Amino acid sequence: MLPQIIFGYFAIVMTVLSVLIVTRKNPVHSVLWMLVLFFHFAAIYLFLNAEFIAAVQIILYAGAVLVLFLFVIMMLNLKQEVSGERYIGEWPIAVALGISILLLIIFAITKLVPGPLGEYTIELIQKETHTKAVGKFLYTEYLFVFIIASLILLIAIVGAMVLAKKRA
Amino acid sequence: MVPLDWYIMLSAVMFTIGLAGFIARRNIIIMLICIELMLNAVNLSLIAFSHYLQDLKGQILVFFTISVAAAEAAIGLAILVAVFRNKAMVDADKLTEMKG
Amino acid sequence: MDKYILIPLLPLIGFFINIWFGRFFQAKCHWIPILAVFGSFVISVITFTEVVQGKIINYDVYSWVVSGNFKVSVGFLIDQLTAVMLIVVTTVSLLVHIYSVGYMHGDPGYYRFFAYLNLFTFSMLMLVTGNNLLQLYFGWEAVGLCSYFLIGYWYQKQSAADAGKKAFIVNRFGDFGFGLGVFMVFIYLGTLHYTDIFANLHTLQGQTINVLGYEIGLVTLIALLLFCGAIGKSAQLPLHVWLADAMEGPTPVSALIHAATMVTAGVFLVARFNPLFSMSETAMIVVALTGAITSLMAATIALVQNDIKRIIAYSTVSQLGYMFLACGVGAYGAGIFHLYTHAFFKALLFLGAGSVMHAMAGQLDIQKMGGLRKYMPITFFTFLIASFSIAGIPGLAGFFSKDEILWLAYNGGTVGKIVWVIGTIVAGLTAFYSFRVIFLTFFGKFRGTHEEEHHLHESPPSMTVPLLILAVGAVAAGWVGIPPVLGGGNWIGHFLEPVLGHPHVHGTHAEEWMVMGISVAMGIGGIFVAAVLYLWAPGLPLFFGRAFKSAYTVLWNKYYFDELYDYTIVRPTKWFARRILVGVTDAKIIEGIVNGVPKLIGEFGERLRKLQTGVLQHYEIGMALGVFVIASLVFIFAK
Repeated sequence: MLPQIIFGYFAIVMTVLSVLIVTRKNPVHSVLWMLVLFFHFAAIYLFLNAEFIAAVQIILYAGAVLVLFLFVIMMLNLKQEVSGERYIGEWPIAVALGISILLLIIFAITKLVPGPLGEYTIELIQKETHTKAVGKFLYTEYLFVFIIASLILLIAIVGAMVLAKKRA
Repeated sequence: MVPLDWYIMLSAVMFTIGLAGFIARRNIIIMLICIELMLNAVNLSLIAFSHYLQDLKGQILVFFTISVAAAEAAIGLAILVAVFRNKAMVDADKLTEMKG
Repeated sequence: MDKYILIPLLPLIGFFINIWFGRFFQAKCHWIPILAVFGSFVISVITFTEVVQGKIINYDVYSWVVSGNFKVSVGFLIDQLTAVMLIVVTTVSLLVHIYSVGYMHGDPGYYRFFAYLNLFTFSMLMLVTGNNLLQLYFGWEAVGLCSYFLIGYWYQKQSAADAGKKAFIVNRFGDFGFGLGVFMVFIYLGTLHYTDIFANLHTLQGQTINVLGYEIGLVTLIALLLFCGAIGKSAQLPLHVWLADAMEGPTPVSALIHAATMVTAGVFLVARFNPLFSMSETAMIVVALTGAITSLMAATIALVQNDIKRIIAYSTVSQLGYMFLACGVGAYGAGIFHLYTHAFFKALLFLGAGSVMHAMAGQLDIQKMGGLRKYMPITFFTFLIASFSIAGIPGLAGFFSKDEILWLAYNGGTVGKIVWVIGTIVAGLTAFYSFRVIFLTFFGKFRGTHEEEHHLHESPPSMTVPLLILAVGAVAAGWVGIPPVLGGGNWIGHFLEPVLGHPHVHGTHAEEWMVMGISVAMGIGGIFVAAVLYLWAPGLPLFFGRAFKSAYTVLWNKYYFDELYDYTIVRPTKWFARRILVGVTDAKIIEGIVNGVPKLIGEFGERLRKLQTGVLQHYEIGMALGVFVIASLVFIFAK
């Protein structure tokens, strides 16, 4: 009973939060609501026995990406532009599209047939910690992909510097 | 036990809200934020599947999704800065040089 | 490599050398073509002696078309018939080449002329030496093409260009039927090679084919279709109209092409396919009657013409009618014999006329000539021999061949008797108009202008030597076919028997003498009447002309065939081309499509372009919509 109630709380709150994010006039408000949302995400990940991912979520998303957003907002000094129109003219299409895709996914969920169960049971993960399990899995089987991910981050760094540089 | 379907449903709802927000909003920063929202919704769904199928592959994928999302946010904001320098505004529907 | 391939190959090489490099040799460029044809001539003579000794040559050189069931090779079949044709073609071609050195001297396109003559010789040799229908068709079309080149040789002259076109287009009408005949041979016999065709011909016996509801004998149909080509190429009724206009070309061309070689290709075709024709009585009757009627019609037209070359042209049409008449009654050998002798005396007549024109500085009207025998004795002498030969005076070549035809026609049943009567009348007319030309041109007082009279001279040796050689031929060529009734052995008839068969003769010797006597009498009678009208009583022709004015007009206008074709075929075609093909099809439909499709694409692109608004959210709408559509499709159709 308890898990369902807790999940219910999370569901409602996260939905409301995401609506709030989307509809704020002030970008700073949006970013701050996003921060709250990320904490809720981390909590849900904890419920799903993925503590390492929860930690990464806080550190990376809440700690790096959001801060980046705030920096940019403050650098651009966008408060004057707040008076502009919030939505574009075609917003009903957006709502319609969204609802249709939602219905489609719901329909797909009802037909969902989960695949075969893997070997990493919760007990197994809890015996050695989640971090160790994920680490072992990542560095042996997915090593190549890991290195590519690091390359992607390298490109992002270089690209961001090149794009945002002030021309002399 | 919370059934798997609920998690997926939640993820779908958030994804949809992010999608609609991306299309409907004018401000580019809010659009980038909506992209992050969509990516996070997908992450939730991946972790849920990984938990219920007792397979770690989903979580590995979340790793990479997070790293890519971070990279993409960085690049997107850099472009935004460059655009703002030239045009002094961040309305997406005024950026129509690629028209036609 | 066998020497036989050199027979057509040498003139082809001569053509290429002359057409590419001829202009660098200028006036000396005639040597290589003459040497090429001389080479062909020598090899042809050697081949002829081999065939006389009994050797038949039949081999494929290379595989030309291999496409499913359709296999055709380029190959040579040199049997008795081909050997005779080779001699005719190479001899006359060589003499015409030599003659042209003098006749075409100083012409600006000198090298072109010799190049075309060589190309023509090549085409004709390919036609007669081929061992399959496709090679014959190739040679057929090629000679038609060369004829176009050579008739319209002085292409700046409108009438010459028109005459070239007319020859080619009228031939095309015949070639259409010929082509259909070739197709039918392939469909029903599966092969185009002669030996295979003749081996399998008996399978077609008795088969009929349904055409528009009527049952027609298959063999008859094929034979008639092939004969269509012969009608076109050999200028028989109704496709005779091109030969008279073809006189616009230089006279050596007329001698080579329109007397001795190209127009005889039709006779060669019928003779080569004699097994096919002999299987169909209807076809034989058609061939014989066509030949006879054409012969009569052309002879009557020649009676009143004044252009020396046109008279000789109509004479050619008439003599070709004789050859078809012979084939139609089954006397293929006699037809080929006449082809062979005719080559000599007709070429001689044309070259002689060319010599006269050379002296008269291009004048063609015999009414404006006269008394030329004093100035041009050699030309007069050879022309006279040719005319005696064509009139059928005993002892000369024309007598033997013409007589053979008339005798075998007489023996050819009812149809044979009819065409014999027509042939005999034509013999008389032939003698008459030939000697009309002689008397008006070479006898009497000169009726031209004073400057022309000063210009009159005998032609140079390059022109008179061929005339003399041909005169020898016009006399002696017939001696290979002296009939038994006169003591000879009819060598040529027996020589051609393996290929052309032997017609039935059930007349008596007495009848043969009678036929011979009648034809000789007609010949001498014709000469006598011509002498009366044109030598001794010059006022009479005018009297006859006035008395039979309407008949004269009809004859003078060549039975109005040209006008008939103009109104029924030429004008409607031109109207159709101008109003419909150009006006509607070209201007509206094709232009519509060619302009309309780009315009359509442009407009479509224009509309599609508006989709790219440049606004990012619109692109995102497109993406989400696409995902939705594809996902729903997957769900609908996936199992």
